[in-house]
Amino acid sequence: MAAEEKIGINDLNLWYGKFQALKNVNLSIPEKEIMAFIGPSGCGKSTLLKTLNRMNDLVDGCKITGEVLLDGEDIYYNMDTSLLRKRVGMVFQKPNPFPMSIFDNIAFGPRTHGIRNRADLATIVEDSLRRAAIWDEVKDRLRSSALGLSGGQQQRLCIARALSVDPDVLLMDEPTSALDPISTSRIEDLTQELKKRYTIVIVTHNMQQATRISDRTAFFLMGEIVECGRTETLFSTPQDKRTEDYITGRFG
Amino acid sequence: MELKEKGGQRAGGAPARPINRTGAFARLRSALRHPGSFLVLVLVLAAALFTVSMLLFIIWHIVSNGIAFLKPSLFEFTYNSINVSLFPALVTTFYATALALAVSAPVGILCAVYLVEYAKRGSRAVEAVRLATETLSGIPSIVYGLFGMLFFVTALGWGYSLLAGTLTLSIMILPLIVRSTEEALLSVPDSYREASFGLGAGRLRTVFAIVLPSAAPGILAGVILSIGRIVGETAALIYTAGTVAQIPPDVFASGRTLAIHMYVLSNEGLYTGQSYATAVVLLGVVFLLNALSGLAAKKLTKG
Amino acid sequence: MNRHKWIEKGAEAFFFLCALTAVLSVALISLFVFANAVPALREIGLLEFLTGTRWKPTDVPPSFGILPMILGSLMVTGGAILVGVPVGLLTAVFLAYFCPKPAYRVLKPVTELLAGIPSIVYGFFGVMVLVPLVRDTFSARFGGDGNSILTASLLLGIMILPTVIGISEAAIRAVPDSYYEGALALGATHERSVFCAVLPAAKSGILAAVVLGIGRAIGETMAVIMVAGNQARMPKGIFKGIRTLTSNIVMEMGYAADLHREALIATGAVLFFFILLINLAFAVLKKKQK
Repeated sequence: MAAEEKIGINDLNLWYGKFQALKNVNLSIPEKEIMAFIGPSGCGKSTLLKTLNRMNDLVDGCKITGEVLLDGEDIYYNMDTSLLRKRVGMVFQKPNPFPMSIFDNIAFGPRTHGIRNRADLATIVEDSLRRAAIWDEVKDRLRSSALGLSGGQQQRLCIARALSVDPDVLLMDEPTSALDPISTSRIEDLTQELKKRYTIVIVTHNMQQATRISDRTAFFLMGEIVECGRTETLFSTPQDKRTEDYITGRFG
Repeated sequence: MELKEKGGQRAGGAPARPINRTGAFARLRSALRHPGSFLVLVLVLAAALFTVSMLLFIIWHIVSNGIAFLKPSLFEFTYNSINVSLFPALVTTFYATALALAVSAPVGILCAVYLVEYAKRGSRAVEAVRLATETLSGIPSIVYGLFGMLFFVTALGWGYSLLAGTLTLSIMILPLIVRSTEEALLSVPDSYREASFGLGAGRLRTVFAIVLPSAAPGILAGVILSIGRIVGETAALIYTAGTVAQIPPDVFASGRTLAIHMYVLSNEGLYTGQSYATAVVLLGVVFLLNALSGLAAKKLTKG
Repeated sequence: MNRHKWIEKGAEAFFFLCALTAVLSVALISLFVFANAVPALREIGLLEFLTGTRWKPTDVPPSFGILPMILGSLMVTGGAILVGVPVGLLTAVFLAYFCPKPAYRVLKPVTELLAGIPSIVYGFFGVMVLVPLVRDTFSARFGGDGNSILTASLLLGIMILPTVIGISEAAIRAVPDSYYEGALALGATHERSVFCAVLPAAKSGILAAVVLGIGRAIGETMAVIMVAGNQARMPKGIFKGIRTLTSNIVMEMGYAADLHREALIATGAVLFFFILLINLAFAVLKKKQK
């Protein structure tokens, strides 16, 4: 089955000042699949993820060359970052709900994009929370502060918040690294549900997690993609010696 | 569509233009797309511009009107209504600063030493002292002036005098000195203390030989800032030190500091030019002190 | 060895005494200001003193009502907050989220210089610039001679800027970046992210800045006295003069005697009471922020 390309990355280079964090990256991310980025810390996997919704634009001294295409459109050329980030949602490493009510957290995104009608907002909030599998836990306390939720609930709330603006792509930056095993497995289950509707790119430092949830995996080392392919292939018969060293734990 | 599954290394890509630079034009277009955000941006810039231009305008106004009146006669040894000399006030300001610091600096610094180096964190004594210094820093100078008048001038019977004025000032600047010394002491790494204890030094020796010297620039920065407050103070001094235009012969005589001098001049309304000139001197002194304090603070952070 | 121990103990005791000076000072100030206010309050009556609308200390019989001054202080302070808080808060936002680093190194000290200018210089600037400005702009239509609530509010608004900027900038910077990034990732613009995600999180710190600004404004004396007109009467609109609690003390203490003098001290006590309330509010807000 040949999936459509959702995101295409061509000849991408990225510098933080003098330090080159990404070197000549070429990658194609297929639609409605889960792509995992693995590699040792500092290898550039999170950097590449942030390039996909232009969060690196914020960093001082960051310079990018190359091309990133979303549905064939260059996201760095003539695209409003606001609309780009509406299409490419993001979930962060540490759950970061805003210090407001659960309802307002989810409604923040739609309100940003101009939806003011209360009934519409209520529908979106319920939908988003249902899709993130947290509706039943919070439906009676939508007006209470989001900071009162547990870590795992907060992260699912953040996923719901990302879904509230109806994105096509969901970027997840080590979304379970701050969570306990039970919360982690709930979020992993959730990703399998979500990939029916969304293209997901997930950064993880946990190789087991990559094998459990992803369709494809890209292995990063020092700013380069060493190898990329179907997850089961990459983990069972790695083509590159460095990949093999890393997945068998023989790496530094 | 075929998937490019091989990683990187496409050789020979031409050195490309950065793609993440937003030019002024792109920024303008994005602003037009989000008019609300654009409005907020304009408000933010306007506020910052207002703050900065207000400062520059005040300085410019004072200096441009006062510089012509900064004549040698303004610095003659004794004051009379012809030369309107600010010299006695300058000397009095110097006296007041020296006296107030002589009282407040040791007490304030040692108070902070107790809070940081001796007291147990969160003990009741610390809480009380902290509450007290915070209260002191919130009391307006006119209330200090009132207290100084009631206590030093009336109850102790010193009359309007340099001593009454400076003791009032020394209470006023106490919280500033305590606070900045505390911060400076806290910034000294614990490893210094441990090293000193490890060599068998007692707490007292550790504090005076190791901790205070390393914290000195920060303490100095606080002391200099408090000089700035003394120099600029008016309300606390009118009814404690009085307003006599002389170099006080002793601490029980009245004398006016520069700020008071300026108040009296501008109140009389006859000496506008001289008031401007006095304001120039005041601003000069205060800004110099600010710069010195900044330098000292920078030295602390560099270590 | 033993002598050494005694020295250590003695030093600690001495340092403790120094620390107690602060507590002692607060106690002495409270005691003297409040105790000296009692005779006047007893003779005039607390209610009459606080709610009387006439301040005629030299009439026969004299009347000592400080309601005009209480209202004067409140109105001038309110005006200062209306001017100083929006400008100060927006400037703080600028410093924390809009200012390029090289510019910050210049602008931060600039806002601190604003705090260094003595109030007498502010007052003089007010007399020479703001009073004529207000007079020329509004006198023809609204009356008044430029010495007015409006002028005092403008001047105080500028004077509380450094306080508002300093504390609210610190509060804004204390908000974790993750709030800002979270909003941005949802497609919010830079401005919306800052104002709708970061500022709400800094709410109590910003409120503390406002409270401290109120404290500065209500306690300010010399600058206000020079531009507010100082008429001891009920407020007659923002283009007319007013007297504040602080100026009442400075204006008349020089020649007051007996009950008049005691009434002025009681005025100071009322002011001090307001300040203590404000301090308390500030302390509560600061605790809440943590």
